[in-house]
Amino acid sequence: MRTPSNRVLIIMPAWNEAEAISAVIKEIHAELPGVDVLVVDDGSGDNTAAVAGAAGASVLRLPYNLGVGGAMRLGYRYARDNGYDITIQVDADGQHDPRFVPELIAGLEHADLIIGARFAGVGAYQARGPRRWAMGMLGMVISRLARTKLTDTTSGLRCSNRKMIEYFADWYPVEYLGDTIETLVRAIRDGHTVRQVPVEMRPRQGGVPSHSPLKATVYLGRAFVILLLALIRR
Amino acid sequence: MNLTIVTALTGLTVLIVIVELLRRRQLREKYGILWIGVGLVMLPLSVFPQALNGLSSLIGIASGVSMALFFAVVFLLLTCIHLSWEVSRLEEETRILAEDIALIHAKLESNENAQ
Repeated sequence: MRTPSNRVLIIMPAWNEAEAISAVIKEIHAELPGVDVLVVDDGSGDNTAAVAGAAGASVLRLPYNLGVGGAMRLGYRYARDNGYDITIQVDADGQHDPRFVPELIAGLEHADLIIGARFAGVGAYQARGPRRWAMGMLGMVISRLARTKLTDTTSGLRCSNRKMIEYFADWYPVEYLGDTIETLVRAIRDGHTVRQVPVEMRPRQGGVPSHSPLKATVYLGRAFVILLLALIRR
Repeated sequence: MNLTIVTALTGLTVLIVIVELLRRRQLREKYGILWIGVGLVMLPLSVFPQALNGLSSLIGIASGVSMALFFAVVFLLLTCIHLSWEVSRLEEETRILAEDIALIHAKLESNENAQ
């Protein structure tokens, strides 16, 4: 994976993922030799940091929980300070398949930020009800902004070039959902190009998914507010 | 008369609490002075509520008491907004500190391992 000119870093925000994270890191090392892995332990109560370190990842430990957004900005600061050219955001629960990483990186030829999209034809991942409407609405609005079809704007699988790394190291929203929606809207408005590459999602390797109509409705409302704010913010 | 006693005692208590907090260094001066100022305005008004009647009729509010109430609510609202703003700023600052600590920690550990 490591061409002479490119240093690639996988950034993995993790909160209480001790169960799954070791296997995820080992799989990445096996599939993608030469790619470094950074785990940002977001104030876990379990031994996520120790397990990740033992599995061969670099580990940054936040003293208390900052949320995904906080963990991600730290990851981008690390990538910037250590001279990485490409970063890939990957979830610590194993839902993101490392086999798609080369395709994501290849996509950077035409864009600054590549989203690994779950509903773009590959795989069987489905969402229903209010959650699906939220995703549909977000996809529509942000696609128009980006002048390209983006079907999965809340995907956590993202690949950034150096320009994007420096941008995110300076600015990365902390609020809930800011890490997905607001980052996209702002990046596009500031003139960065965003494209998507279809990927297949796997079932999570540990932990429980959150699926209830109430939660999904709250999600819809929050997504809407975040989107509006992102559109009007300076 | 009873009402006057209740309001005056309340005003006094508030003042004493603020001075005590300042004395124990539990309150930053900038906030302490603000609240002492508020207390010093409120205390005479609690004893002589009719003092504001002249001013209130000037701007068309029926009684001085309701004018005081109105401005008190506006003042409290502005203070709350200001505090939310301060908290947002503090959260951003502590977040940067947390990130810096994590980076410094990692650097220290890698130095120790290298030795």
